[in-house]
Amino acid sequence: MKKAIIKATESLGKVLPLILGTILLVSLLTIIIPESFYTRFFNKNIIFDSFIGSISAGTPIISYILGGEMLKQGISLIAVTTFLVTWVTVGFIQIPTESIALGRKFAILRNLSAFVLSIIVAFTTVLILNIV
Amino acid sequence: MLQLKKISGAWFFFILIVTLYLFLFFVNPSLCISSLIFFRQILIKIIPIFLLVWFLMVIANYFITPKFVFKYFDKNGVNKWLFAVIGGILSEDPIYMWYPLLADLRKKGFNYGFVACFLYNRAIKLPVLPAAIYYFGWKYILILALIMIIASISQGVIINKLIKEKL
Repeated sequence: MKKAIIKATESLGKVLPLILGTILLVSLLTIIIPESFYTRFFNKNIIFDSFIGSISAGTPIISYILGGEMLKQGISLIAVTTFLVTWVTVGFIQIPTESIALGRKFAILRNLSAFVLSIIVAFTTVLILNIV
Repeated sequence: MLQLKKISGAWFFFILIVTLYLFLFFVNPSLCISSLIFFRQILIKIIPIFLLVWFLMVIANYFITPKFVFKYFDKNGVNKWLFAVIGGILSEDPIYMWYPLLADLRKKGFNYGFVACFLYNRAIKLPVLPAAIYYFGWKYILILALIMIIASISQGVIINKLIKEKL
């Protein structure tokens, strides 16, 4: 049990500075940036939003915080979900590294299929959420 | 220089943001204080979820060890999908640390589909749940996680078919 406690504490400890830093940054940006910015930048175009998510290569925590703020600013849940999913499942920037490790065909196919799936995942999630 | 190398990216990022706030405190104190008040509001709401996630992680770490995973999920096809899903969720950053293991698993019968499934499930992370739940709620996160697990297996099946055809 002691090992499990240490491991869990270490895992959370690793992401804690990132979480605190991101919330600090988001807090600052929320105060600075006008509400209209998000609605102008993420203009309900799911393909565009998912593309933004795909080229961003951050950790999931950043996408959730950004997505949460986008949601508060009136961006649709489908667009935000697509953004969240592509952020964590598609990494166009990482394709060269992934190609070296696991093969070019695999890297390209994996990223492309993840991109398409992100839109399906977003629609399905929001559909089920509305039904449940 | 040696000391700098020891600072992880996450801490470096945090120090950078704190420095930004310190700078802001002298340049525009009201903006700095407003941001800190907003930060405190989020933090207060996120702490209870953080504690719950920590507790769940302790339980998961206690019962689900790598030995357990290999013993029970490395037997037949269906269990390999389960292994890919659970392994992906439990795996930690950075990704390049996992490439040797994935290459090794491929030699042991893990095809490209399993690898894709594993990588997809790395998107579901227990330590980030507090922030995710704070912003989106339990119901949304639970549904999204389940749909993503289904999508990960679908992607694995698609990749297997496509790569078989093309290679």
